[in-house]
Amino acid sequence: MKRMSSLSASRDTIWLKLARLNWGLFLLICVVTSIGLLSLYSAAGGNMSPWAIRQLMRFIFSIGVMLFIALVDIKWWFRLSYLAFAGGVFLLIVVEVMGHVGMGAQRWINLGFMKLQPSELMKIAVVMALARFYALKTTEETRRLWMLIPPLAIILLPVSLVLLQPDLGTSLMIVMAGASVIFLAGVPLWIFVTAGVLTVLAIPIAWQFMHSYQKQRVLTFLNPESDPLGAGYHITQSKIALGSGGIEGKGFLQGTQSRLNFLPEKQTDFIFTLWAEEWGLVGGIFLLLVLGAIFVYGLYVALTCRHVYGRLLAMGLIVNFSLYVFINIGMVMGLMPVVGAPLPLVSYGGTSMLSAMIGFGLVMSCSIHRDSKMQSG
Amino acid sequence: MFEKKKKRRSLQRNSRLIKEHSQRINRKRLSTANRNRHFDSVKSFTRRAFFVTAFQGLLLTVLGARLAWLQVVKGDKYHTLSEKNRIDIKMLAPSRGSIVDRSGKKVAVNDDNYRVVVVPEQTSNLEETLWALAKFIPLEEREMRKILRRAERQAKYLPLEIKDQLQWKEVAAVEVNLPDLPGVSVEVGDIRQYMYGEAFAHVTGYVGVVNKAELASGDKVLRLPGFRIGKDGLEKRYDHDMRGQAGRAQVEVNVVGREVRELSRISPMVGKELTLSLDAELQMRAYERLSQEVSASAVVMDVHSGAVYAMGSFPSFDPNLFTRGLPLDVWEEWRTNPGHPLTNKTISGQYPPGSTFKMMTALAGLQSREIDHRTQYGCSGRYDLGRDRFHCWKHSGHGTMNLVSSLAESCDTYYYKCSTEIGIDKIAEVARQFGLGEKTGIELPAERPGLVPDRDWKYGRFGQTWQPGETIVASIGQGYLLATPLQLAVMTSRLVNGGYAVEPWITGVVGQEMRHLPRWQKMNFEDWHLNLIKKGMSEVMNGALGTARAAQINNPAFAFAGKTGTSQVKRITAAQRAEGTAQEDLPWKHRHHALFVGYAPYKNPRYACSVVVEHGGSGSASAAPLARDLLLMAQQIDPAAKPLVSVNDGLKNMRPAKRRI
Repeated sequence: MKRMSSLSASRDTIWLKLARLNWGLFLLICVVTSIGLLSLYSAAGGNMSPWAIRQLMRFIFSIGVMLFIALVDIKWWFRLSYLAFAGGVFLLIVVEVMGHVGMGAQRWINLGFMKLQPSELMKIAVVMALARFYALKTTEETRRLWMLIPPLAIILLPVSLVLLQPDLGTSLMIVMAGASVIFLAGVPLWIFVTAGVLTVLAIPIAWQFMHSYQKQRVLTFLNPESDPLGAGYHITQSKIALGSGGIEGKGFLQGTQSRLNFLPEKQTDFIFTLWAEEWGLVGGIFLLLVLGAIFVYGLYVALTCRHVYGRLLAMGLIVNFSLYVFINIGMVMGLMPVVGAPLPLVSYGGTSMLSAMIGFGLVMSCSIHRDSKMQSG
Repeated sequence: MFEKKKKRRSLQRNSRLIKEHSQRINRKRLSTANRNRHFDSVKSFTRRAFFVTAFQGLLLTVLGARLAWLQVVKGDKYHTLSEKNRIDIKMLAPSRGSIVDRSGKKVAVNDDNYRVVVVPEQTSNLEETLWALAKFIPLEEREMRKILRRAERQAKYLPLEIKDQLQWKEVAAVEVNLPDLPGVSVEVGDIRQYMYGEAFAHVTGYVGVVNKAELASGDKVLRLPGFRIGKDGLEKRYDHDMRGQAGRAQVEVNVVGREVRELSRISPMVGKELTLSLDAELQMRAYERLSQEVSASAVVMDVHSGAVYAMGSFPSFDPNLFTRGLPLDVWEEWRTNPGHPLTNKTISGQYPPGSTFKMMTALAGLQSREIDHRTQYGCSGRYDLGRDRFHCWKHSGHGTMNLVSSLAESCDTYYYKCSTEIGIDKIAEVARQFGLGEKTGIELPAERPGLVPDRDWKYGRFGQTWQPGETIVASIGQGYLLATPLQLAVMTSRLVNGGYAVEPWITGVVGQEMRHLPRWQKMNFEDWHLNLIKKGMSEVMNGALGTARAAQINNPAFAFAGKTGTSQVKRITAAQRAEGTAQEDLPWKHRHHALFVGYAPYKNPRYACSVVVEHGGSGSASAAPLARDLLLMAQQIDPAAKPLVSVNDGLKNMRPAKRRI
């Protein structure tokens, strides 16, 4: 029976697959992106240019990429997982080398029509590689201690490369996304508890060995208020803008704070501030609910998927997406240190849009091909 | 026996059946265990996935709660904060680095510039505000419409410049009425001032309003109202160095956006100062002398160090008009003037070098051993090669010529003859070694490379083989050959400094950074060959039959040497040759270019000079007297004796040790 269904799945026409696409998830994505477009339109003082129009074009392009990824059988993504990881590592090294050859710290590769940040794509590749690793392991194998070595290598190799850039925020996000996949794969709980305790214990020891300038960098990261003309200024202004929005907001195109140049990054990292200033608590909670619905949708896809790879991939990617949401919105509301993470689908930016849509494409592929059979190799 | 066998077989079968059965049971047990474990792992995943999603839900709730805290509980407080006092970060414009001559005389500096700016968002109505302002400052309706158009193109919170270069009275009037003009403020900024105007225009270039393409470079300082960017000359070449770094100030602004107080500030950093190799006095006097011609350009440089002391191109333009406002008719005049005032002809003007190229042909002949100082050729005023006839400028002929006299009297036939034996490739090779045919690399934009043709070049360019007649034309600097005045000055320097491959430069110090002067490479030419050429160039000026003896300097201390050149703009027709039409009778546009290259003092060369008088008729008549005046000025002012002044006192004398030649 099962074989039958997998056979029929592989013979499905594109139209049948399209019919099985998660149109609900797609609708949620469109709602979030529309919120972004409205905010960008407002950020430009009621103009489509320079941001909204280009963001719209990127969205349309990204939908194409997402559909392509969703319609390709999950088996192919399963087989390409390690290759994607290797490609991501290669791009990170390229950026690192270019940064040394060129001027200063460069985190992107210029493709002409957009600037690609390999570290963004790396997060997806890490989740893919970890899901691929655990897909064919038995429960016993998963619970063995030495079995942790390859997954840790998969996480730490890109993390060390991203730390070289240096980008502490992104490296922490890779660690968290990777750890969540290991957790979901069924690694014993005591390992996580031990790792947590060890990390806490290691902090004061590592602190002793750090140079003073490194300590300074960490302190500024934790306490942006110590840099009043830089990050701290942004947070103070962001809180004023958010707070002055009130319950109903100031109204579309009426935000005074965000649209003044009080927020230099209003179209990228601080876009949520602009949205919540103009649409108030109502708009803010609405956006949070839509995002929450996307998380739940991810859980649904993972639970209905019949293969380990798909379950881990779908959950891992949704966790990765949610990390952006928590870090970005937490940051603009002063709950988190300023790390410069965009709000995916909403913030102006090509790579964050594209990587979010690639992630959703993979989640949809997991869903469409939930009955696929996986083989190694 | 058979029975026994049968029994054993049935026993074997039985045991096999039992074995199989037990195996089956085992297998069944194993698969059940597997399935159970499979269900365990699915259950574990489901549990943990629900846990993760629940955690996500918890975090979303925290975010929602925080949002409610900020917007509802603290909403009033932040609302008041947003209405009453706002903190803004203002970018502070840096001052542009100045440009000074070698002894520190100001060439380009910044002057105070008072201007009125408005933040459109803070006005009740931009157009009304403009009409109100028109009562205090001259503001025509046409200008207003322009401002309104600009306002539409940029964000409403960005300050918009209404008018700059205000008189003090206008500033006072606006200041007094500021309370009635919300969003309006008076700012003091910099305006570029060029102290010598036209004389330095081609060297300094000018600054202008930042255009869209330049904005795309991303430097935020470019968005400051009234910011100017280098558009030409050194202002363009060293724009990034001279631009400086913007500062930042955190200011508290009130509800209409007016500053209440400044909270903290990082001061802007002044851009780097440029110290030129040029001497302001020489440059100015040279420009005055050039302005007696219709269209001319000249370079004076140090034959040893490569320092350019004067670089003039007439007609010129007043760079101050670019910053203070350029009337349309002046711009139209500049664009259409046949003398190309906007072009620096010393680096962008390409001319056939004419007879000034004969030194190259001669040197190629000496080096390839085709000729030496004793070689003699007879000149009958013409030279026939196959069916073609080539004329010497002197129709009656020069008689018997050797190398020195051929230079002194500028005999063409001598070079026709020896060039056919040398061949174009050797001549081209020597010319390239003397810096012709490629950019000198001087620190100015828009330099052009000139052209030194050879067989390969012609085949590559036209797909045709080189004709012997073209070698003859090239030997006297005509035909395809092209050189800029600066290249000719470099060529002369290399001829007379002992054969060192000196390169020209114009900026001595950029900020704190002193130019490092390399030891120039000695080129592979024999000293007696170079001395022979110099003797010829000296005879041009000081010999009894020299073509430019009329322009000689009688004071032996300042006596100089050189070579005239006349390059054809339009081919002389046989009819004109027969009639003997004088250059003066031709329309200006059709007259020959007059060239001269020279150096002084001729016994111990220090200054090299090249002059091109466009359509000046002949080198001896118009270019040589001009060069004489320039070289005399150079020797009297003697810029080589003035060390480069710079902010850095430790570095004083830039002159390399004098080389004996």
